[in-house]
Amino acid sequence: MLRSVYNWLDKRLYLTKLFQSTAGHHVPANSGSWFYVFGSATLLCFILQIVTGTLLALVYVPSTNEAWKSLQYLNHVQYLGWYLRALHNWGSNFMVALMTLHMVQVFLFGAYKYPRELTWVSGVFLLVATLAMAFTGQVMRFDEDAYWGLGIGASITGRVPFIGDRLVHLLLGGPIIAGETLSRFFALHVFVIPAIIIGIVGMHLRLVLTKGINEYPVPGKPVRRDTYDGEYEKIIEKQGVPFVPDAIGKDLIFAALVLVLILAFSAIFGPAGPSGPPDPTRVDTVPRPDFYFLSVFAALALLPDWMETIVLFVMPVLMVGFLFILPFISGTGEKSARKRPVAVLSVITIFLVLGTLTYMGDTAPWSPKMNAWSGQSVPVDLLQHRTPLEMRGALVLQNKQCRNCHSLEGHGGQRGPALDDVATRLTRDQLIRQVIQGGGNMPAYGKNLSPAEVDALVAYMLTLHPPSHPPARDSAQPQISGNPNAKERGVGEAVRKSMTGKSQ
Amino acid sequence: MTEQTANEVKNPTRRNVLFKVGVAVNAVAGVLVAIPIVGYIFSAFAHPKLVGSEAWIPLGDANTYVTGQTRLATYRNPFTRPWDGATAEIPCWVRRIDERKFQVFAINCTHLGCPVRWFQESKLFMCPCHGGVYYEDGSKAAGPPPRGLFEYSTKVENGKLYVKGGILPTLSEPLTS
Ligand code: FES
Repeated sequence: MLRSVYNWLDKRLYLTKLFQSTAGHHVPANSGSWFYVFGSATLLCFILQIVTGTLLALVYVPSTNEAWKSLQYLNHVQYLGWYLRALHNWGSNFMVALMTLHMVQVFLFGAYKYPRELTWVSGVFLLVATLAMAFTGQVMRFDEDAYWGLGIGASITGRVPFIGDRLVHLLLGGPIIAGETLSRFFALHVFVIPAIIIGIVGMHLRLVLTKGINEYPVPGKPVRRDTYDGEYEKIIEKQGVPFVPDAIGKDLIFAALVLVLILAFSAIFGPAGPSGPPDPTRVDTVPRPDFYFLSVFAALALLPDWMETIVLFVMPVLMVGFLFILPFISGTGEKSARKRPVAVLSVITIFLVLGTLTYMGDTAPWSPKMNAWSGQSVPVDLLQHRTPLEMRGALVLQNKQCRNCHSLEGHGGQRGPALDDVATRLTRDQLIRQVIQGGGNMPAYGKNLSPAEVDALVAYMLTLHPPSHPPARDSAQPQISGNPNAKERGVGEAVRKSMTGKSQ
Repeated sequence: MTEQTANEVKNPTRRNVLFKVGVAVNAVAGVLVAIPIVGYIFSAFAHPKLVGSEAWIPLGDANTYVTGQTRLATYRNPFTRPWDGATAEIPCWVRRIDERKFQVFAINCTHLGCPVRWFQESKLFMCPCHGGVYYEDGSKAAGPPPRGLFEYSTKVENGKLYVKGGILPTLSEPLTS
C-alpha cells in the first residue's frame, strides 16, 4: 500500500532521483567526522531562528511607541512568551558561535581551496549577513541599549566623508531616531536579510553538492589545480558513501545536542532584556552593545583618536576583503593544518585578540563609574589619623567626582590610575600640576577648584602611600633631616605628625 | 496550427528577434519600476534638507534657568509621527551664562553619540561609554571625543528660550559648526 503510494508520487515528483542527487549524494567516507558537523548545526540554528522569529512576530509590535511594551507583554503576560524570546536569543548566540566554529574548521582543513572557492566566498557573505542580523536584532529589542546603540551606529555612519549626513538619514529613516528607524530595521531583520540568507544558503548547499565535501586532509598531499578533480573523483569512487544515511549520523547527534543545549540555556538564563524603556530623556544610562560587538566597542575606546575613522572604515573592508580573496591567493597547496603553521597561528592570534577585546569591552575599565563619587564610601583606614585639612581633601576628592575615574582600594572608576599609593608616584608639585592642568586623559580642574580646595586635596593625596613605601620626592630639592619631602609637605603633614607622633 | 505560428516554430531567427525585443522591453520596464523604488529608499539623498528638518523649538521660560548653572531640559522633536512614543522627547543640556547668554548642548557625545552627563560639582560633562570629558562651556577636556559638544543655536524671545533642532547631531551634521 505505502509502496504504491510512494511509487505513484515518485512517478510524478521523481523523488528517488531528487534524493540521490541531494541528500543521498556520495561523500568521502572520512568526511563523516566530528569536525564536519558545525555547518549543518548552523543551518539548524537558522531554521530555529525562523520558527521562533515568526512566532515572536505574532505578538511583537514594530512601533517605537509599542515595541518595548510588547516585549514586556511577551515576557510577563503571553503564555511561554519569555521562553520563545529566550530561544530566539540563545538560538542567535549559538548560531554565531557555530558559524564561527564552522568557518575555523573550514579554514584549518583547507576546505576553501580549489575547487571550492565559491563555497567559501558564499560563506563569507553568510557571515556578514548573520552579523547584520545580530545588529538589527539588537534593535528589535527596543530598549535603552537599542536606542543608544542606534545613536552609536549613526555617529559611526556620520564619520563617512562627504555623504555621511545623507547616510545617517538613510540609516535612521530620517534626521533623528524615531518611528521610521524601528520600522526600517524591522523590515531588514524580518524580510530583507533573511531572504538574502536563504538565497545564499541555497547557493552554498548547491556548491556542496556540485563540488563535494572536502575529504579529510592528509598531510603531505597538496592540492593541485590540474590533478585535484581526478583525485577527488577517485576518492568518491573508492570510498564514497551516500551522505544519508551513511555519513549524516554524527551531524544528527550533534544537532540534537545543540537543540537540547539551546532549550536548556533558554530555560536557565531566560531571555535578554529588555532593559529600561527607550526614553532618551533618561540620561542616567550606560549603553553597552551585545556580546558580538563588544570587541569593536573596546577597540573604539582604546584606539588613539586619529586612528579611529581609519579603523572604523578601512579595517572592516580590509578584513572582509581578505576573507573574500583568501581562496584565490592560497587556492592550492597543503590542506592539513599540521603543515600550515601560519594558518594555525593566525587563528590563535585572531581569537586571542577578539577574546581580549571582548573581555575588555565587557569590563570596560575606561568607562567612568558615573555613580562612584556618590555611591562609594571612602575606606576607613584611608581616613584615620588624618588632619582636618586632609579630611577636607578627602571630601573634595569625593565631591568633585574624582572617584568616577580613580579608585580607592579597588572601588571606583578605572579610567585613571588608582589613588591608593599616588603619593609614591607624584610629588607635591606634580600633584598640584596634574590637578590644575590635567593631561593624559585627565581634564584640567584648575577652573573648578578653589586654591583652598586644591591645597586640601593635595594634602590628602600626599598621605596616600603604604606605610612601608615612602612618598615620592623631588630629587632637585635638598633633603632635610632624613625626611625627603618635609619642606614640600603642607601644614597638614606637620600637624598630622605632631598629632600621631608617627614619622616615616 | 495557423500558417503563421507554424512558420515561427520553424523559423528560429524570428523567435530570436522576439526574445531580444522581449528582453529589451523588460529592461526598460525594469528601469521604470526601479525609479520609484530607488527614489523611495534613497529619499534622504533626493531631498538634501528635508523641508524644515530643523526648526526653532521652545525650551520654556528663560527664567527657569538659573544664571551660572547647567541643567537638563527636554523638548519634543518638532517633526514627530504619532507612533514615535518616548523617542520624540529629546534631552539637552542648558547652561545659562548670564542674563542674556545661553549655551545649549546636545546630549550626544561627539565621539560615538552616547548620552553625556553633567556633574555640577566638578563642572564637567562625562560620557559613560569611553570616558570622554567636556568642560562647562562644552569644549573637550579629555578622552576620545574629536571635538567639543554639539551646540544648538539659541535665541530668547519674549522671555522664552528657543533652540534650533530636530536632527541627531553627528560629526557630518553638527548642529552648528
Ligand atoms: S561615546 Fe562618549 S566617549 Fe565614546
